[in-house]
Amino acid sequence: MTRTPTPTDARVPTPVTAPPGAWEELVTAALLGTDRRTPPGCAPGAHAPTALLDAAAAETVRRRAGLRPAPAGRRPEPAPEDRRPPLPAAAARRLTTLLTDRPGTAGGGRRGTAPDLMELLPQWLAAANAHGFAPPPEALPALLDAARGRTDLRPAALAFAGPRGLWLARLNPDWRFALRATPGGGTALPGPEAAEQVRRLWEEGLFAERVALLAALRSRDPAGARALLASTWPTERAEDRLMFLDSLRSGLEPADEPFLEAALADRSRNVRATAAELLSALPDSALAARMAARAVTCVFLDRTLEPPAIAVEAPHECDPGMERDGVVARPPSGRGARSWWLGQLVEAAPLAAWTSRFGGRSAEEIVALPVTDDWQGDLHAAWCRAAVRQRDGTWARALLGAPTAPEAGGPGAVSLAERAKLLGTLGPDERATWVAGFIATHGLSEAFQLLGMCTVPWAPPLGRAVVDALDIARDAGSYPWSFSGVMGLAERCLDPSEAGRLDGLLAIPDESEDAAPGAGGYWAEAFQRLVTTLRLRAAMAEELRAG
Amino acid sequence: MTQQGVRWTADQVLALAPDAASREAGSRLGVAATWSAAGSSGDGVVWGLCEGSGGRPYRTVVDVVGVSGPAYECGCPSHEFPCKHAIGLLLLWAGGGDAVPVAEAPDWVERWIAGRRGRVAGKRTASSAGVTAGPGDQRAARRRAEQRAERITAGATELEQRLADLLRGGLAGAEQSGYELWEETAARMVDAQASGLASRVRDLGGIPSSGAGWPVRLLEECALLHLLDQGWLRRDRLPDDLAATVRSRVGLSASADGPAVRDRWLVLAQHDTADSRLTTRRIWLYGADTARTALLLSYGAAGRAPELALPVGSAFEAEVSAYPGAGRQRVALGERFTPPAPADIRPEGVTTSRAAVRYGEALRADPWLDAVPVTLARVVPVPDGDHWQLADAEGDTALPLSAPAGSRPGLWRLVALSGGAPVRVFGEFGHRGFTPLTAWPAGPGPAVPLY
Repeated sequence: MTRTPTPTDARVPTPVTAPPGAWEELVTAALLGTDRRTPPGCAPGAHAPTALLDAAAAETVRRRAGLRPAPAGRRPEPAPEDRRPPLPAAAARRLTTLLTDRPGTAGGGRRGTAPDLMELLPQWLAAANAHGFAPPPEALPALLDAARGRTDLRPAALAFAGPRGLWLARLNPDWRFALRATPGGGTALPGPEAAEQVRRLWEEGLFAERVALLAALRSRDPAGARALLASTWPTERAEDRLMFLDSLRSGLEPADEPFLEAALADRSRNVRATAAELLSALPDSALAARMAARAVTCVFLDRTLEPPAIAVEAPHECDPGMERDGVVARPPSGRGARSWWLGQLVEAAPLAAWTSRFGGRSAEEIVALPVTDDWQGDLHAAWCRAAVRQRDGTWARALLGAPTAPEAGGPGAVSLAERAKLLGTLGPDERATWVAGFIATHGLSEAFQLLGMCTVPWAPPLGRAVVDALDIARDAGSYPWSFSGVMGLAERCLDPSEAGRLDGLLAIPDESEDAAPGAGGYWAEAFQRLVTTLRLRAAMAEELRAG
Repeated sequence: MTQQGVRWTADQVLALAPDAASREAGSRLGVAATWSAAGSSGDGVVWGLCEGSGGRPYRTVVDVVGVSGPAYECGCPSHEFPCKHAIGLLLLWAGGGDAVPVAEAPDWVERWIAGRRGRVAGKRTASSAGVTAGPGDQRAARRRAEQRAERITAGATELEQRLADLLRGGLAGAEQSGYELWEETAARMVDAQASGLASRVRDLGGIPSSGAGWPVRLLEECALLHLLDQGWLRRDRLPDDLAATVRSRVGLSASADGPAVRDRWLVLAQHDTADSRLTTRRIWLYGADTARTALLLSYGAAGRAPELALPVGSAFEAEVSAYPGAGRQRVALGERFTPPAPADIRPEGVTTSRAAVRYGEALRADPWLDAVPVTLARVVPVPDGDHWQLADAEGDTALPLSAPAGSRPGLWRLVALSGGAPVRVFGEFGHRGFTPLTAWPAGPGPAVPLY
């Protein structure tokens, strides 16, 4: 290494170096050694190294003593003002604690009775956003880091982070996700500038930015989003068209029909299929009417049977008209072509068509009709998909049936996954009541998926049903970790006011003969954690109310 | 002092934790349901019973306002200090509310307080006894000091020889010879009882692998080490203050002999540096009346947090006295009259140019000084390529951030706090750049620790 070193690093303050060159010569002599290079102003020989060190010492102190500030770089634009009121002090402290908790670092293994703070962060953020508080600026980096690691946190975390959070994200590449999630990087302007900005971002933005822009615009101005999309539609690439089309799913309205109908003739099969799917979610659309006409010819009431039953004559071919309307001709492997086509026709037909097809019978009466030749599974599954797509509560209710029915716990014509989706079309209370009834009859082991559909905090009957079922599971002598999924949900979703009802479950019960060894202690611990977490959630809510 | 006044913030409590894992474990325990019979005495003693998974709960007690920082006791078997229970209990207390009410201390807490205060008083008596040692002891002490000085002189002479050899052969060779040469030399300096020389020598070993520009840095540090050797060898010809500085830089400890200065001290910053043997805690104080900045050093064995801990942004009334040496910046904490309590004192600030001048002036008294403490009055963090600088809000000059400061999470807290607007920043500035330690927003608001 003999190259002459850079005397100063650009980052450190600028030293005053006069006379110029003296220091460089000292460094060169030091690198090569005084045996090879005599430093300036020294006699060669035994004393040269000491003379070099003397000179270098004087020069080092001189350079450091003469440090001057560097010229200032270009300042960042100041962060936009955040008009929200600041968090109350106790809530700000809580946020610090929640953000300090990182999953998987606290020894691992059994959780003991301590709550999982990271799991409470989403709830805390939702509540803080509902109150409309602004975060303490110094908490923003930890907040953005948390949102970086957990995509599910992002919408709430970014809403809470507010304008200063976006301002900060623009300065750190690690937080670029925040800009992608917010069209225009959050620099939303009102009035005509906004329109101009939207237009420019739509034409020049990255794909992810354009998707985010379209989705955001769609949520507040469906027609404007449609017009923006139509303006460049023919020039977009096929996979981009598919993603853009998907954004029409939210806020779908009858006025979308002409655009979607045109997309049925798209070059891309996936675009055609998505357009057809969206059209079928508009029960008054021409496509829905065409599909209804096809579907009703395949399904009819056979009155010669006693009692009368639904008979099915599945399509014998997939004609070009069907294909144009989005029916996929090739079935997946292992699936019969005719039942595949039938399923698609029924799924896309408006549910109202069946009432007239079956002599004015209600949804409930139609679902109750027997179906011949093993077609019930196909037919009911297609109706489920139609009810979800058309958000039809009446049909969903009919297909769900009574939660206490033996087949509700499966196996039945309607799977648990389908029931969970059907629940999504009902109101929150009805949903909670149905799941509570289900748990009371069938226990917890199948309930996880259904519980995930219920609004938080759980309505009282649902909370009681879950706690009772946990109590029963404990008495049955199993270990609590068989129910850790439901237990974790309960920690996050039970109404904190229910904590008092759990007191009776905290004690370690006497071990019965048939119980799993030690299970009682583990259950007491699990319930303690549940109560601790509920109390903590109550405290969190109280702190946010203090504003 | 009201209960409210003594209470710390969660941040301040978390700063006590020895590592990230115990911070997290402590956070989990900072909830009411984990604790029973929790209480506080109103004058800074907090206690409670922590329900573990075992049969008997742990008894945890913390004296927040101990003479030499918080003191902890917990029945748990943990080797962490403070343990997660103490952290959890303090968090619960810091959280406010009714979780830790003011109460009569139970017997076991009373016994602990009594025992502890007895020990501290005993220590004080012992140290004051040392001052009145007899003439025989003084002679023996002088003889020991002379022997040690001779050893150091031998060490410094040997070190000079090694530096001369290095420069004769050229620094280019140092890149190949690596750590071992320096480690061996450092060990020789430890034998010579010159710990200051030893640690400087050890630092030299890391420079050849420290990236671009290393020859300059190696020459600078070799030259300053040579300067220190020469200072030691001619210490009897130096002015008193400079001689004291040389003695302390070489590694001779002196006792704080300055007059006691009573003031209301704001805790400006607290940060730890650790090597394999030792954790060093630097606590910067700012005197509200004297406008003086003072440094408290506190040490802990490897893996343990030093015992002295003071919450950043709080202030307390106390006496300090200075150690000998340049600027008399380092002080020892004497009697404390009040516990640390949140305060809205802010240190006086200067411009970036003034900060640079201050470093230059300080070098006159101590040429080995890497940085001086300084508060910048109104600066804006500004990105500068891959790095950051603090630019004067009025004016076009800036101080670059030191390399380590630019890669710490504290940088982003500073940028977030500023939001492009001027902030007041306390930190250390020297030839490596500015290291921000604490900042205050432009408007009202508490100090934000950046370390």
